Amino acid sequence: MRVIACAKYAVDVSELRFDPSTGEPILAGAKMKLSDVDKRAIEEAIRLKEKHGGHVTVLTVGPESAKMGLREALAMGADEAYLLVDPLFEGVDTLVTSLVLKKAIEKLEGFDLIICGEATSDGYSSLVGPRLAGLLGIPQVAYVKRIVEVKDGSIVVERDLEDGYEVVEVKLPALLTVTREINEPRIPPLPAIMRASKKPMKMLSASELGIPSELLGQDGSAVQILEAKAPEIKRKGVIFEEMPADEAARKLVEALIREGVLGG
Amino acid sequence: MAENEVWVYSENKNVCLELLTAGKELSEKLNVPLASLVLGHGVKDVAEELSEHGPNKIYLIDHASLERFDSMSYAAAIETIVKQEKPKILLIGATKRGKELAGRLAARLNAGCMSECTEVDIGDDGSVIAKRAAYAGMAVATEKCKSTPAIVLLKPGRYEKAPSGGKGEIVELSLEIPEPSLKLIEFKPKEIKAVRVEEAEVVVLGGRGIKKREDFQMLEQLAEMLGGCVGCTRPIAADLGWYTEWVGLSGVAIKPKLYIGVGVSGAIQHVAGIKDSKVIVAINKDPEAPIFKSADYGIVGDLYEVIPELIKALKEVSKKEG
Repeated sequence: MRVIACAKYAVDVSELRFDPSTGEPILAGAKMKLSDVDKRAIEEAIRLKEKHGGHVTVLTVGPESAKMGLREALAMGADEAYLLVDPLFEGVDTLVTSLVLKKAIEKLEGFDLIICGEATSDGYSSLVGPRLAGLLGIPQVAYVKRIVEVKDGSIVVERDLEDGYEVVEVKLPALLTVTREINEPRIPPLPAIMRASKKPMKMLSASELGIPSELLGQDGSAVQILEAKAPEIKRKGVIFEEMPADEAARKLVEALIREGVLGG
Repeated sequence: MAENEVWVYSENKNVCLELLTAGKELSEKLNVPLASLVLGHGVKDVAEELSEHGPNKIYLIDHASLERFDSMSYAAAIETIVKQEKPKILLIGATKRGKELAGRLAARLNAGCMSECTEVDIGDDGSVIAKRAAYAGMAVATEKCKSTPAIVLLKPGRYEKAPSGGKGEIVELSLEIPEPSLKLIEFKPKEIKAVRVEEAEVVVLGGRGIKKREDFQMLEQLAEMLGGCVGCTRPIAADLGWYTEWVGLSGVAIKPKLYIGVGVSGAIQHVAGIKDSKVIVAINKDPEAPIFKSADYGIVGDLYEVIPELIKALKEVSKKEG
């Protein structure tokens, strides 16, 4: 089974700081990592290969530094990785990202399954997976929490929707987006990390992918971010500590009465 | 042709009523008709009902292939009518199904799509502008979409449901629609709670500090005394399966007048879902837990000691009042 996992090398939001005067995120030098759920997409692709045989390719649209994330994916067990890197791929919307991924996938030797995370940890739009499936004209199943069975020419998966869990069968080739619960990604041991440095990692630019520049960058993006600011959070921060539980509980109840939030 | 209209669609009728409120504001600003899409099989009654809540038109596509929601066949149907009628804006409810549909549809139409939006408006230059949470809810982003149509995924619970009034014209369209591409094997419905956590005035919310499922009874008791309901974090619902839905960026967002987080560490994805609460209370034994940074009041202590004491203190207060 040939599986492609798409992953974003994203800003680590738990470490992200904001400029206190402007409220804007400090992106220069911000820590980056493979987006949490996308890492599970890679892990699931590798598990499928381990169980059913095949080949795992990992694709990332991102800056040069994303090589770090791709090395991690190779150490986990992916066979090859592509970094799609070009100044024209930076700061783009999901329309452009999915176009770049599509063009790269068309250069590969074909696939049975594409796996993406349900959403990236920074952008959280949940759009790239379904967009990519739409561009490739293949069926999609989003929010997959479990792969139930791989059959000849199809796959059975269970997905998590608001009102229930749906078990569905879809013909291959198809695209899945997976949730955080699908697996716990492995931490590669040192020998695997050493071996990973010998695995193929290729870089492809806009011209190598044959995408005209007007379809990329800000010109190609339909959605533009005008501003992103952290709202000022005004919380009181009154902490009751180092006192017996009954005293703390009483003090809290008194405070809540003052706030007027007890009783209807 | 319906050029420049504002269209709304959600597979969920209640969300669709919210979209009609947002859509009405946009259509009035642009001075164009507002239309709602209704897709399914045997859904004329839904079309009739929605037509009485403010849209000028309902586009009804009733087809056997649309019996069950399938993002591929639904996207194909909407793609066809959008290409035919050329609306300016398409508001879609940002439910899980809605996002899956909108992504595919946006690709088929080569259109821009703004996801998880909390507000939508028309800019001075006539473009569609929306606000959404960014960076795991730590920031608010303002985005602009320049494509036609502009697709906007609007989060449920942000606009009031449109009141009844008026009578929109129902336009029934017959289209060629592909068969659904997913074969349903099983659907296991989630339990729907009597009080929905996003509507409760008080939410007592448990996190990983709670060791056993039975221990949630303590939270249920506290919630009942406060006239609220119990919620939980993602690991409690999605990993342990003790509840079916969770509060946070990837689950539901809540804005109660009182939030009490019990054994909740306060991962930013969780805080993103509670930050609009009026008063935030945190109870956690770890003084370094990030939740305290987002709290109005906090108790550093063992929840297994604090919660019974809190229940006792509340009983004393109600005794005095009673």
